[in-house]
Amino acid sequence: MTSARDHRADVAGVGAPGRPRPLQTGAAALGGAGLGWSSAPLAAAATETIAGRTTGATVLSPSAGQSTVPFHGAHQAGVATPPQAHLSLLGLDLLPEVDGPALARLLRVLSDDIARLTAGQRALADTEPELATVPARLTVTVGIGPRVATTLIPTARRLDLTALPHFATDRLLPRWGQSDLVVQICADDAVTVAHARRMLLKDSRAFSRTRWVQDGFRRAHGSVPGTETMRNLMGQVDGTVNPTEADPAFAGLVWAEADDHGAAFAGGTFMAVRRVRMDLDTWDRVDRPGREFAVGRRLADGAPLTGGAEFDEPDFDATDDVGFPVIDPAAHIRRARTDDPRQRFHRRGYNYTQPDPDRPTGEDSGLIFIAFARDLPTQFVPIQERLAQNDRLNQWISTIGSAVYAVLPGVRDDSEDYLGRALIAARD
Amino acid sequence: MRITLSPRARATSALATAALGLAVLTGCGSDDAPAPSTAGSEESSSTDTSSRAPESAALSVTDPYVKAAESGMTAAFGTLVNSSDAPITIVGASSDITTSMELHETVAADGTMKMRQKEGGFTIDPGGEHLLEPGGDHLMIMDLTRAVEPGESVIIKLTLDDGSTMEIDALVKEFDGADEEYMGDMGDSHDMDGEHSGDHGSSS
Repeated sequence: MTSARDHRADVAGVGAPGRPRPLQTGAAALGGAGLGWSSAPLAAAATETIAGRTTGATVLSPSAGQSTVPFHGAHQAGVATPPQAHLSLLGLDLLPEVDGPALARLLRVLSDDIARLTAGQRALADTEPELATVPARLTVTVGIGPRVATTLIPTARRLDLTALPHFATDRLLPRWGQSDLVVQICADDAVTVAHARRMLLKDSRAFSRTRWVQDGFRRAHGSVPGTETMRNLMGQVDGTVNPTEADPAFAGLVWAEADDHGAAFAGGTFMAVRRVRMDLDTWDRVDRPGREFAVGRRLADGAPLTGGAEFDEPDFDATDDVGFPVIDPAAHIRRARTDDPRQRFHRRGYNYTQPDPDRPTGEDSGLIFIAFARDLPTQFVPIQERLAQNDRLNQWISTIGSAVYAVLPGVRDDSEDYLGRALIAARD
Repeated sequence: MRITLSPRARATSALATAALGLAVLTGCGSDDAPAPSTAGSEESSSTDTSSRAPESAALSVTDPYVKAAESGMTAAFGTLVNSSDAPITIVGASSDITTSMELHETVAADGTMKMRQKEGGFTIDPGGEHLLEPGGDHLMIMDLTRAVEPGESVIIKLTLDDGSTMEIDALVKEFDGADEEYMGDMGDSHDMDGEHSGDHGSSS
């Protein structure tokens, strides 16, 4: 039996980034964190397999709740960060009177909140500080919409950010439309997300109104290996060819350089949010071969219909016994495929489901499609246009919300910097 | 996190701050963060706004913030930290956002929480800290001369019992708490007699 004290040492040893910090910060900065941490029942009953034998011994594993993702850096967290289990995406509209300086004040408050909460520390004036003690890889990512990018930023630094073109499959509903700001909150713990959301909304209240909240989820933390490609609610392996940070091309595909939009936006990126509703009622009528035909991948393991394993290249030229292509020319993966290496972007989607009494099944389910790209018009739009034009999957999906944002560059680790400071502040 | 020190205190030593953190954690007094000497205390104008006295150099304020308000009264909160081996007492506070600030405590009286000036100020034990929080001790900002808006910085000057001073840079936050005793209505006049105890009896 190992004590909680030993466990603390273990966690510090594995180097969870924010872990040692509270221990050196003192109870004042922590609020209840010190207490919650030391008294947490960390000894989890678990089974350990030794030489194929289940021992049933109690083992200690590092608490997932204490893992942190650094807030400070060249880029905001929550873009390259491997997706956490829970998402709460906030679309905020600024009040009419909010001008550039007021926007800067809002971003300063949000930055302060985010720096503290992502480190597992209470925010200033946090009325529920005990809820802040489980960071669970919390990240908060802030972006500005076209109106802000083109009107509230000093002229010299304005960003060319325009709405996505209309796509043939769009069935857009205003309630999921473009907002002035986006705040993407992600963590492996739903309570952590709820607390961060409440804190951030309270601190946004003097400046904005909430246009929408899009909550999403993936598999719970620890229930599948972190490297496993997610499945969407249609049961498909979704995201096999998604470039992640380990891909050498990732940085060039995602992060803006100083040459793109000026030094004030270097390290930023662009975000497309598409709320894709799935018509699961009609999807239910499609048997497995039909489902695989629509996508071009096997449902069981995500491998291309032309064989191999999930990450093997599909053979779009392969034909069956009677000469038909194995992967249909209108299959999703065929239509999404391009030979243009620039037409790639980073996806970070989440499933959604919510009650909907107006639908036969009583629910509305789908995918909160979130894409990050250095340049949406050249990287994302061509692919989406191809898919909207022809994709067998379109029979069962429709896009009911769409918005684009410029995700602000990261924040330096000093008390003076805050999100968007270089871009928005009239003078420093 | 945001730890705002006077430039003077900032210069003293990071080591003292680290040692202090450990001291706080273990509940022991800090023994290796002596107050720096006052040598070289000539006025150096621009950046150094604190006095050269040792007490202010050993004092820091972590996580300071001010409750946003359009007018009238509001308050500042944070944690006062004494890194020296002698007690430090705050005896006064001021800011350019107000004509008057007071050091307040909150006490239960007649079944309600009331606040009143704290006799003798806030004393921070050697190596200890003193929490200023809603519902507890706080820096009362009596009469705002302008609105303080969320996200801006407010400079508050603390005066210590040895006459030295230090400035803290507090973030303004919208906050619904710290409301019961003196903020019945943000738009109200400054007549707080009904809520704000003028009784300066013995401190609890």
